[in-house]
Amino acid sequence: MEDALISTRNLTKIFPLSTGPLGRKKLFVHAVEDVNISIANRETLALVGESGCGKTTLGRLMLRLIEPTKGEVLFRGQDIFSLDGERMRSLRRNMQIIFQDPYASLDPRMRILDILAEPLKTHNKDMSKRDVVEKVRELLSVVGLQESAMSGFPHQFSGGQRQRIGIARALALNPEFVVCDEAVSALDVSIRAQILNLLMDLKERFNLTLLFITHDLSVVSFLSDRIGVMYLGKCVEIGPTAEIFEQPLHPYTLFLLSAVPIPDPHARDRAKLILKGDLPSPVNVPTGCRFHTRCPYLRDICISEEPQMQYVGNRGFACHFPLFK
Amino acid sequence: MQDNLLKIKGLRTYFFTRKGIVKAVDGVDIEAKRGKFTALVGESGCGKSVTGLSIMGLIPSSIGKIVDGEIIFEDKDLTKLSYKEMADLRGRDISMIFQEPMTSLNPVLTIGRQVGEPLRIHSSLSSEEIQERVLSILEMVGIPEPRSRLKSYPHQLSGGMRQRVMIAMAMICQPKLLIADEPTTALDVTIQAQILDLMLNLMKKINTSIILITHDLGVVAEVCDDVNVMYAGNIVEKGDVFKIFDKPSHPYTWGLLRSIPRVKNRSRVRRLYTIKGMVPSLLDPPLGCRFADRCDRASDICRKKEPPFNSIEEGHLVKCWLFA
Repeated sequence: MEDALISTRNLTKIFPLSTGPLGRKKLFVHAVEDVNISIANRETLALVGESGCGKTTLGRLMLRLIEPTKGEVLFRGQDIFSLDGERMRSLRRNMQIIFQDPYASLDPRMRILDILAEPLKTHNKDMSKRDVVEKVRELLSVVGLQESAMSGFPHQFSGGQRQRIGIARALALNPEFVVCDEAVSALDVSIRAQILNLLMDLKERFNLTLLFITHDLSVVSFLSDRIGVMYLGKCVEIGPTAEIFEQPLHPYTLFLLSAVPIPDPHARDRAKLILKGDLPSPVNVPTGCRFHTRCPYLRDICISEEPQMQYVGNRGFACHFPLFK
Repeated sequence: MQDNLLKIKGLRTYFFTRKGIVKAVDGVDIEAKRGKFTALVGESGCGKSVTGLSIMGLIPSSIGKIVDGEIIFEDKDLTKLSYKEMADLRGRDISMIFQEPMTSLNPVLTIGRQVGEPLRIHSSLSSEEIQERVLSILEMVGIPEPRSRLKSYPHQLSGGMRQRVMIAMAMICQPKLLIADEPTTALDVTIQAQILDLMLNLMKKINTSIILITHDLGVVAEVCDDVNVMYAGNIVEKGDVFKIFDKPSHPYTWGLLRSIPRVKNRSRVRRLYTIKGMVPSLLDPPLGCRFADRCDRASDICRKKEPPFNSIEEGHLVKCWLFA
């Protein structure tokens, strides 16, 4: 991608698991393997997939919250893993994260003022107390909270409010790139709508580039320009949101879409594709195409040869028999 | 006219805490018809789980109590049963499954042992006969190679499999009523689809009626026949699922449906509709309608007097002054 703000090249993360008292038999969790995705400036890419697909690990790799086994993450053309401590720390102002659990992502013993001041003071050591307070006030206002929230502790706020604080913290240093890791999954339906609207507002106002990690496809449709679908550590499909929903090319995407409940009882008799079986273990990934153990369109080559990501226009897919009409 | 397998009238379940009395369920009427899939839907804190626990007699007596109302199951009032009488019903005539199968299954007992437990308690079958029934129900819920699973432990199974095990345990005595409290919330969406499909099949095979407690309106629309929408300890709208979704009448129901993003965002909605404000505290619920201060259409009477239930159309009731 030409004007990619951030992109990954053969990004891989394999976690070792030792087993047995003598630790002889080494097992590995293939969390993310050879992923190549890019996000354009001001674009929102949603990363969807179910448990164990690697989307959270990928998000963390892209922020260098964990080190890769192999591969690169290019931010404005520069491999972030090649940066030394000083320059990486400086880059971090530009790349932030909003976490899923509003009850676990705020330090319960810090006041909101201190939570929001922390990034400011870490990166602007000379900032005066008055300036810090002023900036915190501004941040709270941007996320729709009262100034009085500053003196409170996290437990005094609701889930939705805490999530707003998490968002304010992520925006404190005016980042260009923000990873939203299941940022609304833990919230009630009516609060979710408020936070989604807020994210849309902030995205536009601050020209943010977002990586939105979620398992909830209904949220994706609202917020994202493109979607990347992940399965067992691999990206299996990527492309513009509307097009993927209209015509998924990878069988897994088709099943995923089919499984999303539609809040309209008249739609209940539609032909539903129920995916059979269980997810294979990421310790023991299937040969060839990782989806082959559950795919109804299985053929011999699927078991022996792993399909590489191919592109037709702006649609990417990793399948030997993509579902073109 | 279907008969009611379960009829809850005027249920009030309160919790007595240091901060005061939490009126978690405050005057609730629900009918679960025989052979039907009834939903109890609402967001966190609305009282839906407490309602389920009240039916099962599982409200911890050290802190909570059913202070009023009746729960008529067939012709018995469950609130009046002794501990032993209720224990006889649980697992045999009425079963419950929960959201987190990992914490609801005993981690130190094998699958075979746990699934067989209801039969050991409620029947006088021999161990061999029980094992046969266990294998049969495990197969029915879709556990592959059930014989090899008898000696497995919960941690060796995936989330979807554990939920199937919990369903097997709940269904082994062929209960008349199954209460499912957020059974698929913790599961992936493709596994959720499998489990919902399973529940529908079991309903037919075993002739069990189901009460589904959930916050997910999508799931309700997919599988349920009747819907009860709960808000702050009250039912605010109830009726046939098609009627509720075609004509959501209570401002809360209407707002909730409007605020859900749809997968096919054809109209390219730029902002979602939101219900302003927050759920009121159940320690000190407001007088009048509990939704009044979040309602765009509230008037004086809403803030002063609790609205009655009114019929919008046959099989569709709303608790709101707009329809009085």
